[in-house]
Parts: sequence; C-alpha cells; structure tokens
Amino acid sequence: MSLLGALDMLLQGVLTGGLYALFAIGLSLMFGVMRLVNIAHGDVIVLGAFLGIAVSAGAGVGLLPVFLLVVPAMFALGYVLQRGVLNATLGRGILPPLLVSFGVSIMIENILLELFSADARSLKAGGLETQSISLGAGLAVGLLPMLTFSAALLCTVALEYLFRRTPLGRAFRAASDDLEAVQLQGIDHRKVFALATAVAFAVVAVAGICLALRTTVTPSDGPGYLLYSFEAVIIGGLGSFWGTFIGALILGVAQAAGFHWDPGWGVLVGHLAFLSVLLVRPRGLFPRTRD
Amino acid sequence: MLLSTRHLEAFYGDFQALFGIDFEIDPGEVVAIIGANGAGKSTFLKALSGLLKAPRDRIWFDGRAIGGMPACEIARLGISMVPEGRRLFPSLSVRENLSIGTHSGRRGPWTPERVLGLFPVLRELLSLPGNAISGGQQQMVAIGRALLANPRLLICDEISLGLAPVAVKGLYDTLPAMLAEGMTLIIVEQDVGLAQRVTQRLYCFQEGRVSLQGRSGELSRSAISRAYFGV
Repeated sequence: MSLLGALDMLLQGVLTGGLYALFAIGLSLMFGVMRLVNIAHGDVIVLGAFLGIAVSAGAGVGLLPVFLLVVPAMFALGYVLQRGVLNATLGRGILPPLLVSFGVSIMIENILLELFSADARSLKAGGLETQSISLGAGLAVGLLPMLTFSAALLCTVALEYLFRRTPLGRAFRAASDDLEAVQLQGIDHRKVFALATAVAFAVVAVAGICLALRTTVTPSDGPGYLLYSFEAVIIGGLGSFWGTFIGALILGVAQAAGFHWDPGWGVLVGHLAFLSVLLVRPRGLFPRTRD
Repeated sequence: MLLSTRHLEAFYGDFQALFGIDFEIDPGEVVAIIGANGAGKSTFLKALSGLLKAPRDRIWFDGRAIGGMPACEIARLGISMVPEGRRLFPSLSVRENLSIGTHSGRRGPWTPERVLGLFPVLRELLSLPGNAISGGQQQMVAIGRALLANPRLLICDEISLGLAPVAVKGLYDTLPAMLAEGMTLIIVEQDVGLAQRVTQRLYCFQEGRVSLQGRSGELSRSAISRAYFGV
C-alpha cells in the first residue's frame, strides 16, 4: 500500500469512527450513570433515523428543522421511557433491564416495520451527501462525514462539560457512585436517571439523522448498530466519553483497513480489533467506572 | 416534638428487624442511640431517612407523617444523615462532595465558607477525590455535606467508627457550633461513655427493641450494661 493510500484509509476510518462515536456515546452515558445495558440502543438509533426521514418527508423541511424537531422529541421519549418503564427494572439484578430493553427493541422494530415497511430509506440533504473537500495530493474527504465527525467531537466535549462542570453532571456521577447516599442529599435518582436517558436519546437522535444522511436504513438494522456501539464503548473503557470516542475511531480505522485489504473483510476486522483489545485490556483502554 | 415514631416495625423481606419502636426527640435536643451490633440502630435510621420502607403513620416529623416517603423528599423536609462509613462519592472531589449537600435546596446558616470555617483542614483538600483523604477528613466532609443541606434534624450514624481518638475528639468538638444554630441531633455511638457525655437523653436498642431509655446523666453503667447486652 502506498503512503497516500494508507493515509486515505486512515482518514476514511477516522471519519467512519466519528459516526460510530455518535452511536456509542449514548450507550456509554446510560451505562456510566445507571449501569444499564440498553439492548434497544441500536433500534433507538434506527428510530432516530426514521423520525428524521418522516419529518423531512412529511413536513418538507430542510435539515436544520429536522434536527430541531427530532432531537427534542427523542429527548422527551428518553425521559418518558426511563421514568415510566426502565426505572422500575433497576436495582433488581442484571436480568430485568436486559429483558425489558430487549422488549423495547422488538417493539421499536415492529412499529417501524408497520409504519414504514421493510424498505430501505435514507434522508436527502440537497447534495450535501455528495460534496467533498479536497485536501490536495489526491486526497479528499466527504463533507458529510466531516460534519458527522465534528458533531461527534462536539457531543463528546459537551457531555464531558456537562458531567464535570454542572450540578446535573455532579448528580449523574454521584448517582453512579452510590444510589442510597445520593438520595440522602435530596436528589431524586429516578429523575436523574430519566434525564440521563433523555440526554442519551438526544445524542442518539443526532446519530440516527447522520446515519440516514450517509446510508440507507431499514427497521431491522438496529442490532448491527448496537454491536458497533458496544464494541466502541468496550474498546474505549466503560464510563469514559473520550475513551468511547477513541474506541469508535479505532473500530472505524480497523474496519477501513479490513475493507482496504478485502471488501468482504471490513466488518470482521473491526470485530477482531475489538476482541484483541478485550484480550489485552479486558476493561478497555481508558476505563473510568470501577465495575 | 420534632420527630417521633409510634410502634415502628421494619422488615428486610420476611425478616423483621424492628419490633414496635417508640422514639421521640424535641427541637434542639441531642439524643444518643446505643446498642450492640445487630441491635437495629442502623435499620431504625434507615427507616427514619426513607431508605427502608415504613408505614406512613408510624413516623412523624414536624407534625407530618413521613413513613415510607422517598429518601430524597425526607431530605428536602430537613432531615440529613451522616451515614455509617461516610459514603463519600469517590468520583467527586472534596469540593463537589460538599456542594452536593446543597442539592436539597434548603436555605439556612450553613454555607460552604462556614463549613470550611468549622473544618479548616478541608481548605487544602478541596480538589482531591473524596476517597483520597484520611478517614477523619472524610468524616468531616460527610458532616459538612450534611450541614450544607441546612437540616432541622441531623442524624449521625457511628461517626467515630474506625477513627483515631484524636480525630473523634476533633469531630465532637464541633458539636457546640452545630447546636448553637438550634439543630436537633441523633447520634448513634458505640462509645457509651462518650454518648452519655455529649447527649441529653439516650435510647438503648437490643434485638430490634428499645431496652432502655432515659436522661443520659441519670442512667447507671450497670443499667446500661444490662440493656446493652441483655444479661
């Protein structure tokens, strides 16, 4: 492989990793605060994508209004789902949240199939999908992947700020540390958890819209995206947003390398990279949580 | 009367841990609860603070039935607890551990500056993680965190447990400053002599029941021993 080819592969991998980071940040947030493994995470990404497609097609609005409508709607959905359903499963062992979120996953997929059929769909953005920026020396990057990567970076920085510098972030971390002690401080952990899921769903909405802009989606794509999200979170280390971001980039680069070697091997090489990290660093590269 | 319980019972699943506890404390009073391990002291405090479910009309605070209320709502009403083992938040700095006490939203005389005046040694430690300081310093943070909620009733569960005598003395030396603000205090203490010295009344628990109660200075050592050990 030429140096230019290697550089191009690295660049495309990093940009794909930006999308995976958007997928994974919400999962990392929910696990970090509640120790909740949301099996429905991939389907929530697909739900965000279809909401974007529906709003765009139904209201005939541009990309910005799609974000402005879908992100708050997903925030509200996350709050209601956590407050009304998922909170009741916490503190009862590992199985109830897994089973209930699995049920939510099946519900989302079937509702989407009922409403949109099994056809693959995508979101049109007036040519944004095909625009690119030339970097010289024969290298070019797509504008949309660049914007997606920037969104992932922005979300990571914003969540780090929220967690480290705000009273809500302090409550998130305290609830994650000691659920009983946090209640003794007058903090309603049910509300804190609902806000954590709401924020996670808002980020997932951004991920879903970026996904629908980049490729086609079908209602049954969720499990695949859940797997990528898991891999990025675990490579990076549980509970660390920057770890998740880096983990997603590693996954993206590994897949790009695999695709470069053989178009049929990209996804597999990503899985192998994940397994390699798991073998060498079972807690991931930058773990923050203690369990 | 600020807080009372009437025939309070508490359970862990099918296991009954408290059997009809009657307890009272008046505003501004300092009351000790003593008893051997497993006597039900911590269970009683958990029921008072809302961490353990209790029937609504068995616990009254300031004329209001609070049994079974969520712990966060009880904290907002003005009951703060310094839990056994301090239970600081390890991912929060000392400064953040203190300031999280203000989440209850209650206003009053205790401000971060005032708490740091009470425990000046904490000024140098504010940026350290909550679990990176000594046990005595952690206890100061736990008390400071509870004070910043500006409670009407402060409950301290075994604050001297595992601490050096000099650290325990330092903590108890801060009591007058807390009481000067009219605070009401429940102290669970293993050191019976210390409990008798710093409190006005004393309850002794044994196997989930009140085995003795009275004015701290008037109870004899032999009566306390009988109530404590049941022999």
